Amino acid sequence: MKILLMGNPNVGKSVIFSRLTGAHVIASNYPGTTVEFTKGHMRLRRERIEVIDVPGTYTLKPTSKAEEVAVEMLREAKENSNIVINIVDATNLERNLNLTLQLLKEGIKVIVCLNLWDETKHTGIEIDVKKLEEILGVPVVPTCAISGEGIAELIDRLPEAKANTYEYDEEERWTEIGGIIEETQRVTHRHHTFLDRLGDASIRPATGIPIALVVLAATFSIIRFIGESLIAYIFEPIFEGLWKPLMVKFSTILGSGGFIHDILIGKLFFFNTESEEFIKGVVVTGKMVAGNMVMVKTATDGVVPARVTIDFVQSMGLFTTGLFVPLAMVLPYIFAFYLMLSFLEDSGYLPRLGVLVDNFMHRLGLHGLSIIPMMLGLGCNVPGALATRVLETKRERFIAATLMAIAIPCMAQIAMVFGLVGKFGVRGLAPVFGTLFVVWVLLGIVMDRLLPGESPEIFTEIPPYRIPYFKALSKKLWMRTYGFLREAVPYVLLGVFIVNVFYSLHVIEFIGRLFSPIVRGVLGLPNEAVAALIIGFLRKDIAIGMLSPLGLTMKQLIVASVVLTMYFPCVATFAVLVRELGVKDMLKATLIMIVSALLVGGALNLIMR
Amino acid sequence: MAIVNLASMGQGEEGRVVRIEGGLGLRRRLEVLGVREGAKIEKVSGHFMRGPITARVGNTEVAIGWGMAKRVTVEVL
Repeated sequence: MKILLMGNPNVGKSVIFSRLTGAHVIASNYPGTTVEFTKGHMRLRRERIEVIDVPGTYTLKPTSKAEEVAVEMLREAKENSNIVINIVDATNLERNLNLTLQLLKEGIKVIVCLNLWDETKHTGIEIDVKKLEEILGVPVVPTCAISGEGIAELIDRLPEAKANTYEYDEEERWTEIGGIIEETQRVTHRHHTFLDRLGDASIRPATGIPIALVVLAATFSIIRFIGESLIAYIFEPIFEGLWKPLMVKFSTILGSGGFIHDILIGKLFFFNTESEEFIKGVVVTGKMVAGNMVMVKTATDGVVPARVTIDFVQSMGLFTTGLFVPLAMVLPYIFAFYLMLSFLEDSGYLPRLGVLVDNFMHRLGLHGLSIIPMMLGLGCNVPGALATRVLETKRERFIAATLMAIAIPCMAQIAMVFGLVGKFGVRGLAPVFGTLFVVWVLLGIVMDRLLPGESPEIFTEIPPYRIPYFKALSKKLWMRTYGFLREAVPYVLLGVFIVNVFYSLHVIEFIGRLFSPIVRGVLGLPNEAVAALIIGFLRKDIAIGMLSPLGLTMKQLIVASVVLTMYFPCVATFAVLVRELGVKDMLKATLIMIVSALLVGGALNLIMR
Repeated sequence: MAIVNLASMGQGEEGRVVRIEGGLGLRRRLEVLGVREGAKIEKVSGHFMRGPITARVGNTEVAIGWGMAKRVTVEVL
């Protein structure tokens, strides 16, 4: 048996989901074949039952792809004796009953959960639950998922869920619902609360635009602060203080060289303890003297004592760079970003931001709500690409996905950019992010002009502001962070492995010469930079380690950062996009990516000095 | 009592929806959010350059495009 959680968007389904599946159960973000929905498990009378959080839908007559998925899942569920928990926003009974009646008509076992029950009190709504249960003929349980109230009763009464064909004339559905409302609900006048007033202020242009600027500026400063603090106080000390000595020891055990050593540990660096600088051009390394000290023969200074060490960015071993890049360079920002994003999502701010930018987004062939997949894309393009499903037309999804893949840098790419040009400060960072923003806007305008059709108007519900619920937020944060680790770490390790194989087989030199006209001629980069571009198909963050030893100028690093971000998303995003857009559209998108990356990279190479 | 459309209605004004000029598709999309004939509606905001309109219907706040809002005829109360 399975349980489907269905209901209108924003009625608290995910909080109920969190409550049902509990803290000791691993709920995973499950990317299915057709859609990303959330799956978890709960125990009911010693039975392990799958609980599925279905995307929110207003109606079983779908108007968007996300709704289609919900309808499709319902169809599948009907075949087995599955249960639908229809979660209803008690403060919006009339609108929500529309879906309830449609569900009942499907003849599936239903139990109605009147969520947000606590909010009915301060909104002056009274609902006669007994009466509603009588009329609908299925169990109705009031809950307040945030405090957990009513959840026990909901679980208790799950077995009572039943199919009850509530007969009504389709033409008269709203009259029918009106009748039910008349009999079960009484509304007294409500007073506007502080959150209501804040809601209005943040959606009116005169007050909303300044609020948006403050919110976004604050969000990015907090992300940076949290990310930097995590690195400085947790990840750097762990890697430098604990992991590095271990790896140096491990290196000695492996014999300080050889194929296995180079794959696991990577390149060793020698630090001259007398002149206190790294030794370039090591010719021969001698025997270990004591600890990690060694005598090395250099090309210039003869034999000198040196300390053997590892550079986590440049060594390119699986246990060194392969772990350091995803864990110590990207993860802290992923965590900080998703913390803030989850907060913005749960508070209800994002749709308001969508309304404010709606006008602007129409110039790019999109509407305001597409700001949500774009924001998600800043974390990782994969969930961002999936979120384009909220957009109604194929054209919009194509534009949004292409723009995101090209000009929205994910956290791994942002980490790469910071790693490459961060040392130059604003002088290095501004050209990179500025160029990406300009490309985002221009490409959107071009696609809007060239692609047939027009962008549909915004059409959305604006949820009331709510205080994010800590437990649901932290669970979501954990799932996303874990999702990153699961997706990213294997790819980084694979990338590092391939780099090593390529270098030992001299493949890079060969391809470098092959692509020299483009890489050197158009982009003004050394041939060896082609290695970063090849591995960039897998992951962008590894490129830091590959470009750092080349000693590039600031201009070259800026060009490399922009081109690496633009020319291709990464293999994981690519796979999702193929699934979402289809092979033909994805080929089109890929062509746009490569052409625009070369054009922009070439232009930067010409313009900058 | 003035008859206007939702796009030209003043910020903060309240009224009742008298007519939705449009096909079944538009009516259906609007009705699932509660915007249908006879519903009480309050305009929350409009944006310059034919930007989106937000309005409150019952306990729901909706944002719809200017073009759609123009097709919602409202009797201002």
